[in-house]
Amino acid sequence: MFSELKKAIANFDIPANWIGIRAVKETSTTRFVRDSVPQVNGKSFTVGAMLEVLVDGSLGYAATNSLELSSLQAAVQIAYKQALAASQWWIHPFQESERPKVVGEYSSQFLKPFDALSPGEINDLLIRICQKLKVDDKIVQTTASVSTTDRETWFVSSNDSQVYQKILSIATHYGVTAQDGTNVQQRSNNGGHANCYQGGLELLNPDDLWCGVQQVGEQVLELLTAEECPTTRTNLVLAPDQMMLQIHESVGHPLEIDRILGDERNYAGGSFVSKSDFGKLVYGSPLMNITFDPTVSGEFASYGFDDTGAAATREYLIKEGVLQRGLGSLESQARAGVQGVACARACSWNRPAIDRMANLNLEPGNATFDQIIAGIEHGVYMESNRSWSIDDRRYKFQFGCEYAKLIENGKITKTLRNPNYRATTPEFWHSLIQIGDASSWQMYGTPYCGKGEPNQAISVGHGSPVCQFANVEVFGGGS
Amino acid sequence: MQIEELSALEVSFNQLIDTLLVKKAESEQFTVRLSSERSQFTRFNNAKVRQTGYVADGLIELTLMANQRSSFRQFSWTGNWDADWQLAYNSLQEMRYELTLLPIDSYLVLPSGNKTSREVNYGNLLPAEAVVSSVLELVSELDFTGIYAGGVVVKAYGDSNGQKHWFATDSFTLDYSLFSTSEQAVKGTFAGSDWDGSAYTAKISEAKKQLELLSRPAKELSRGNYRTYFAPAAVADLLVMLSWGGVSEADIQQGNSALAALARQEKQLSTVFSLKENFQQGLVPRFNELGEMAAPEIIVIEKGYLVTSLVNSRTAKEYNKVANGANASETLRAPEVCPGNLVFEQILPSLDTGLYVSNLHYLNWSDRQTGRITGMTRYACFWVENGEIIAPIENLRFDESLYRFWGENLVDLTTFQEFIPEVGTYDGRQLGGSLVPGMLVNDFTYTL
Repeated sequence: MFSELKKAIANFDIPANWIGIRAVKETSTTRFVRDSVPQVNGKSFTVGAMLEVLVDGSLGYAATNSLELSSLQAAVQIAYKQALAASQWWIHPFQESERPKVVGEYSSQFLKPFDALSPGEINDLLIRICQKLKVDDKIVQTTASVSTTDRETWFVSSNDSQVYQKILSIATHYGVTAQDGTNVQQRSNNGGHANCYQGGLELLNPDDLWCGVQQVGEQVLELLTAEECPTTRTNLVLAPDQMMLQIHESVGHPLEIDRILGDERNYAGGSFVSKSDFGKLVYGSPLMNITFDPTVSGEFASYGFDDTGAAATREYLIKEGVLQRGLGSLESQARAGVQGVACARACSWNRPAIDRMANLNLEPGNATFDQIIAGIEHGVYMESNRSWSIDDRRYKFQFGCEYAKLIENGKITKTLRNPNYRATTPEFWHSLIQIGDASSWQMYGTPYCGKGEPNQAISVGHGSPVCQFANVEVFGGGS
Repeated sequence: MQIEELSALEVSFNQLIDTLLVKKAESEQFTVRLSSERSQFTRFNNAKVRQTGYVADGLIELTLMANQRSSFRQFSWTGNWDADWQLAYNSLQEMRYELTLLPIDSYLVLPSGNKTSREVNYGNLLPAEAVVSSVLELVSELDFTGIYAGGVVVKAYGDSNGQKHWFATDSFTLDYSLFSTSEQAVKGTFAGSDWDGSAYTAKISEAKKQLELLSRPAKELSRGNYRTYFAPAAVADLLVMLSWGGVSEADIQQGNSALAALARQEKQLSTVFSLKENFQQGLVPRFNELGEMAAPEIIVIEKGYLVTSLVNSRTAKEYNKVANGANASETLRAPEVCPGNLVFEQILPSLDTGLYVSNLHYLNWSDRQTGRITGMTRYACFWVENGEIIAPIENLRFDESLYRFWGENLVDLTTFQEFIPEVGTYDGRQLGGSLVPGMLVNDFTYTL
């Protein structure tokens, strides 16, 4: 592939300062079973190239789903015209320094290739999960699914960049719905499609699979007879599978520099953080340490280089509660004049790269889960996201979970249904008073982080320990 | 895409169906769907160009069915027959083998019927090189942010039973926001098949007037319940929720629908509220993933009662229902909320004191079983006293049940409707939109 793309660049006949080609080949499979009946079985294959042209500070792009030389030549002409048409109106005079020369490669680690099991064997496993989930007649729906993605990317440029990346990822999910009269409850393994990792089919059938399936079936029945989550202000303890969403929405998105620069205001929104806050803003309690880290093996959004070729490194975004740097690509760093990270990413060949959060992790503290619970006189412990909403400046939020437990006098007691909580971002992160140790640290991810105009859904990874927040408004459902 | 390219794509799509008919075994059936676009995407921030480019994309989804089993393959479709057919043939062979391994699908629906259709809507769009200047010259002194997306979108269908549909349309959307210095904003959309510069000028002039209102200091309101007028764009946002765990018959049957209580007739909505699917504007294809044509009009909710949910053939087979041409996910494709009796001039006097909400943001179910939705106000929302706009508001979070705001608390809907275009571009440019009135609601719950 590299030789064809390099040959294409050598043959292009346009007076550009810089030309880049990012070619992507992606094969993904989806297998989904409901109530032991197959619903979806299939494979998607997409291939194409994004061509970018820099002319006197103006960047234009063209994307084509044909890698034929003639198609690439036609595309580069279009990209060149796009750059010219915008040259009098460009928001920033971009430079070659925002597309530095880079050479390297990255591959996901895996043990079992995706063809280690046949489509029939995978369906058999999903059917067995559905059967095992149905622990009672009150369970009215069971689901199980697995999706795999094998993506290869080749990036070359007129300043001799050459980057190859091969990313294997897998997303698994199972869940149940139970009904008793008009009372309907749902429970799943860690919320909607949270079990997303890089790796192979070794992730499909972990050692604790059947224990987890049994637990999900039993917990949905608990929810049918559980009390509503109380409406009160209390200690809130969040499991890592809800912290994933909390970090994503109230730390990740507000720190995206393209939002701070205003690019996203018409769609995803802006941010309550401003450029002058970096290095100064006390974002949360001193226990709060958040890293941008695409180097974690197996986490969903790991990579060696971003989609403009910048090399990925682990960086602190928030250290001991203080904001250090933002989620901004080389382009955003040049525009904003603040430090960023290697985070220019696109969902595929047909979209231009924008600022994205990749893996964003809350670093562990020192308390065990039992120690945290033991220190709470009254509180609520919540697991697994089921509802999320936050304002366009990423300030006022309301999140809901699938499953909760009351904490009374240092012990976990009753199950609670329809648990929700709401707060503002700064108030919430300042109320972080206990942070779990490495034994409670877990990582999850999602393929559905939406952003950008045109829209792009992209994969992100988030790791966190269990956390305790003081004096949070919690409430239940109903009415 | 030029007319000649469109024609070549149609020839190549037809050739694919013809060739698959020759290659298929007697026991096999297939469906083929094509999604293709040639789109100009130009993104703006602060009345400057942030990103500009062009995307040429095309995708075939081929589904093979045999022995009560099915599998699909999606692959690129460029119009270059030799390369495209190779992918198609490999996919066919791969699926043939895969079907021998899969379990039986009890609810598999095979293509049936013999309907065909062909609709090509040509437009008069801006040339690519004129997009930037045509959009920005008018707003160069403003803080203008948004995206222009325009070009040809093709949706086509064919199957082994002889059904064939071709839908191609030229269209554009300009989705924009104008910001004041205090970060308040006016939202606008300008869409169609013909770029009308004078209509665009009129839209921007109207937005500038609203921007002046937003320059007043914002009023911070405490949580509580307020009488509220929701402009059509806000109603459209609420309506979208019905496509996510609402009107789907499968969702109702499987415990995932907020309208289950309505379906069971335990609850009803206001007699003022009626909802239908109205395909008569021709902005989206009427055919679904099995080539079935929906009726030009489907009454979903009439005077507060659920008349029909959206039922596709698979759901119909599983639950012994009658299908009504719904798509695979049983979502609204051409929704229309019927108008009421509130005339434009009476909106503010009827509201009297309360909130004027132009747009909403980031909605989600907070308790789906009771129809409770949370979300935020956003863009051009005002505090009104004695029928007069007093000040823009600081954004508020709401958490309220549709059984209240479309039920007992719905005062009235406006006599006029607005078409709110679909501007989404995930997986490609979306088509269509919602036709909705504004609505006046009592006692709407704001929580933060």
